[in-house]
Amino acid sequence: MCTVCGCTTKAMSGNQELSHSAPSHDDHQHPHDHDHDHVHPHRRGHVHGGGTIDFGKGLAGVEIAGLSQARTIRIERDILSKNDAFADAIRARFHSERIFALNFVSSPGSGKTSLLVRTIEDLKDRWPIAVIEGDQQTSRDAERIRATGAQAVQVNTGKGCHLDAHMVGHALDHLSLASGGLLFIENVGNLVCPAAFDLGEAHKVVVLSVTEGEDKPLKYPDMFAAADLMLLNKSDLLPHLEFDVESCLAAALQVNPQIRILTVSARTGEGLDALYAWIEANASVASDFAALPAFGG
Amino acid sequence: MHEVSLVESMVALVEDERRRQDFSRVRTIRVYVGALGHVEPDALRFCFEAVTRGTIADGAQLMIVMIPGEGSCSDCHRVVPLEDRFAACPLCGNPRVRMVAGDELRLAELEVE
Repeated sequence: MCTVCGCTTKAMSGNQELSHSAPSHDDHQHPHDHDHDHVHPHRRGHVHGGGTIDFGKGLAGVEIAGLSQARTIRIERDILSKNDAFADAIRARFHSERIFALNFVSSPGSGKTSLLVRTIEDLKDRWPIAVIEGDQQTSRDAERIRATGAQAVQVNTGKGCHLDAHMVGHALDHLSLASGGLLFIENVGNLVCPAAFDLGEAHKVVVLSVTEGEDKPLKYPDMFAAADLMLLNKSDLLPHLEFDVESCLAAALQVNPQIRILTVSARTGEGLDALYAWIEANASVASDFAALPAFGG
Repeated sequence: MHEVSLVESMVALVEDERRRQDFSRVRTIRVYVGALGHVEPDALRFCFEAVTRGTIADGAQLMIVMIPGEGSCSDCHRVVPLEDRFAACPLCGNPRVRMVAGDELRLAELEVE
C-alpha cells in the first residue's frame, strides 16, 4: 500500500511502468435494460423494482412532513482539492530538492517527445534531467527518452485523459533526480483535460505545431490560459504551409496576455537556444526562492 | 472526458465527510460550476450515475448550480458580466478584464440521511 496516500496502486518498478486505470466497479455491474427484480447489494432497501421510491422506510418507518430524516451538510470544498493537495506536496518536494519541473501539454502529434529528446541531448551535460511520460498505453515514449541516457518513467493512464498529481507523486518514487535537476513531465496528448490538473510543476508549457490551425488558442483557450510558455513547433515546415504565424501569436496573446511565445523546430534546432535560455533563467529564479529560508521548505 | 475524474473526486470528498459525520445515504449533491470554467455540465451529469454506482453517493441526485462569469475591468474599475473568458469590458470596451467569477468547481453541500 502507498504510504503517502493509502492507495493500493501497484507500481511495476522493474520496467518503470505505472498503470492507473479508472475503477471499473466490477463488483457492481448490472445493465438495467431488462425486466428484473434482483436485490442490490448496497444499502438502499427503499428503492423497489418499478422505480418507486419510498421515503417512509427510514429508521422509525415513518416520515412526517417537515421532519425529514435528511439533513444538509455544507462542504464548500473545491472538487479538485485532493489533486491540489497532492500537487502542493510535490511542489514542496521540488522546492526542497531544488528541482525545476515543467509540464508539457499539447494535442497528440505536436512533437513533444521529439522536442524533449532534442532538448535532453543539448542540455544533458549541463543539468541532471529526468522525464515522466504520460500516455494512455505503451512505453514507447519513455524508451525514446531513455535512448538519450536520461531517466524516464512511463505512466499509463489507461482510460484516463490526463495525468494527475497522484500519478506524478508515484512516478517520482521511481526516479532519483539529483538536486538542482530538471524534470520534464510530458502530459497525455490532449489539449483540454490536462489544463485543469496541477501536477506541482513550476510552469505549464503548451506546444503547438504549425501543422495545426493558427486559431487553436481560441478554440482551446483553457490550455493556453493555463500555460506560461508556448512553443510553436515544427517551424521548419512553415515554407510548405499556409500558416499565419502572426495571427496564431495574436490568438495566443488574446487568450493569455502574459504568455511567452517561442518559435522552434525540434528538427533543425531553430529557436531552441531561446528555449534553453528561458529554462535557465526560470530555473535559477526558482532555485533562488528555494534558497531563501522562508521558501526553503 | 475528465468529468469522470471530477466525479471520482466528488465521491472522495463525500467519503471524507462520512468519516466525520454519520450518514448512510446521500440524497443530493449540490455543486457550483462556473460558466466559463472547463467543466461541461451535461458531461458531468452523463457520467455521474455510472461513476457513483456502488459508492456512498449511489442514487444521489446531482444538482448543478451554474455561476455566471464576472470580470473586474482594469480601466473603469467596475465588476461586469463576462460572456466569455477573454471578452472585453461591455461598459467601456477595455480588453483587459480580469475574470473574478465563473471558474468555480466546488462541492457546496450534501443532503444526507
